[in-house]
Amino acid sequence: MLEALKLGCVRGDRRLFENLNFALESGGLIEVRGPNGSGKTSLLRIICGLAAPAEGEIRWQEKNIRSLGEEYSGAIAYVAHQNAVKDELSALENLRISTGLAGNSLSQEETQAILTRVDLSGYQHLPARLLSAGQRRRLALARLLASRATLWILDEVLASLDDAAVELSREFICDHLNQGGMAIIATHQELNLHVGSSQRLDLSP
Amino acid sequence: MFWWLVWRDLILAWRRRADVLATLFFFVIVVSLFPLGIGPEAQLLRTIAPGIVWVAALLASMLSLGRIFGNDYQDGTLEQILLTPQPIYLLVLAKVLAHWLVSEVPLVAIAPLLGVQFGLSQNTLGTIAVSLLLGTPVLSLIGSIGAALTLGLRAANVLIALLVLPLCIPALIFGAGAVEASVDGTNSQPWLLLLAATLIVSLVFAPWATSAALKISVE
Amino acid sequence: MSVRSINWYKYAAPANFYPLAGKMIPSLTGITAVLFIMGLYLSFFVAPTDFQQGEAYRIIFIHVPAAWMGMFLYVLMAVYAGLGWAFNARLASMMATAISTTGAVFTFISLVTGALWGRPAWGVYWVWDARMTSTLILMFLYVGFISLQSSIDDPRRADRAGAVLALVGLINIPIIYFSVQWWNSLHQGATIRIANKPTMAPTMLAAMLILLAACWMYSIAVVLVRVRCIIREREREAPWLAEAVA
Repeated sequence: MLEALKLGCVRGDRRLFENLNFALESGGLIEVRGPNGSGKTSLLRIICGLAAPAEGEIRWQEKNIRSLGEEYSGAIAYVAHQNAVKDELSALENLRISTGLAGNSLSQEETQAILTRVDLSGYQHLPARLLSAGQRRRLALARLLASRATLWILDEVLASLDDAAVELSREFICDHLNQGGMAIIATHQELNLHVGSSQRLDLSP
Repeated sequence: MFWWLVWRDLILAWRRRADVLATLFFFVIVVSLFPLGIGPEAQLLRTIAPGIVWVAALLASMLSLGRIFGNDYQDGTLEQILLTPQPIYLLVLAKVLAHWLVSEVPLVAIAPLLGVQFGLSQNTLGTIAVSLLLGTPVLSLIGSIGAALTLGLRAANVLIALLVLPLCIPALIFGAGAVEASVDGTNSQPWLLLLAATLIVSLVFAPWATSAALKISVE
Repeated sequence: MSVRSINWYKYAAPANFYPLAGKMIPSLTGITAVLFIMGLYLSFFVAPTDFQQGEAYRIIFIHVPAAWMGMFLYVLMAVYAGLGWAFNARLASMMATAISTTGAVFTFISLVTGALWGRPAWGVYWVWDARMTSTLILMFLYVGFISLQSSIDDPRRADRAGAVLALVGLINIPIIYFSVQWWNSLHQGATIRIANKPTMAPTMLAAMLILLAACWMYSIAVVLVRVRCIIREREREAPWLAEAVA
């Protein structure tokens, strides 16, 4: 259960938002909308714990995320604008290493299976710098699938994906939510997800 | 997870060997410049050798420090590393260890060979190796603080040098002092012990400062 | 109004501190001027001539207070920066930034006056004794702090990064000083025996202490002026500022 209480954010000289409140339960989805520069990325980073809010707090299972530390980090998965893909490593290596770092080591076969699900089989041994932007985004998605996180925090996850990949992402997100996971997604596009509880958070000024 | 990070950094360094070798060659060139600038008189070279080898090692290390966190910061991997359920202190140690193995150990290995250019005795060459072996981790540890503070800034490399070099002065004094003692024929042990003490203090405190700096820079 | 009835915490907000500082500056400037005149008079006209070094020694009346100020201000800067970081207090961080320049200036003065003292006293402008070398390194630490803060655009990141650097520097200072002493004691040539200050006549001590007090008052005044500038720069969007400045 994720809660945000009286959240405020200031970037440089600008006040991006204040007095933001929301709650997210298991199986729930929050879509964050707003024009560029309205603070979507800042909000997501605050929820991750990477940035501290100017006011207010975020609570996970009734406890402030600052005091939870690693316990909270283990429960979330974050996909940022950047793909967090190392150019010199192959797709397979990238995935194995990121899951190993997150504490869930996967075997070669399991990693291969996930890459197949995101339609990257056949490319798994190429150095990632040879992959297209869409393929790298799919690699970021693969990382998401491989994680055992409850809360998915996604920033423009559909960017640079082709239609097939967008369809795949929708499917993955729905599956995740149906299995009791939660997601907060910042997006420009309509997600059109058929899920139980969905909220919309609009950060337009 | 600690070893995954070390392993990852080692693989990445191997695939970008050119960067690593460039630092090594810089070290070699700088050390060789001094006799060219000062003159080949044997006694003089023997006196200045400890200082030169050490200062060159410091400067070469400054070149490589930008890479500890720089690449990861650029492609978004650093954030992911910070979001793993591991104390950041350990992750910093992992990265510093990898940096030391890749950028500093080659210096330690090649320095005795360079010492031959200065006409130093076997004993002194050994002391050079030991002093650098103890001292280069200190450079990596303190350097990581500078690297973390200057993430994403323009001219980060020069700024790192400006911030880190004064803090490395004790290591320089103790390390070069040890080699000098060896050249003079006196006991270099007290110097090496002081250097070891500096290493232990850095090992305990520096990663903590670096993790604080990372959280500040990433925000 | 008793001290207890003043709510000190309210001055932690830039909006309240700004006018308070403004009121303090003129009186501080006055006190500074008086103390400087007294101190300089004592140093140059009253303190006896040193039989070893003649009149030239008088520069230590500026050199020693400047050196002390350089060190005290570094500690103060690190403390303010640390408080600003720990309590997320913007004003404390602004104070640290304001102090850094003054500290650097005093350290620089101490280096220059040290060299000017060296020439008549020992024949050379610079000797690598423990104290001068440590002062030089302190100068580098100040320059590092100032460069770091000026390279970072985001003010809060600059504040916190500066705090980490200043605190790391603070912890390092004893280690650096110790290592420089060790280095110096082993490399000491037989030629120059340094750091013997002339024995202090009471008037000399008085002059030095008065000048030290003058430097303190000066520092406080100038730091308050600078911090007001910093407040104006950083809080320029805030509504209270427009009224306060008008």
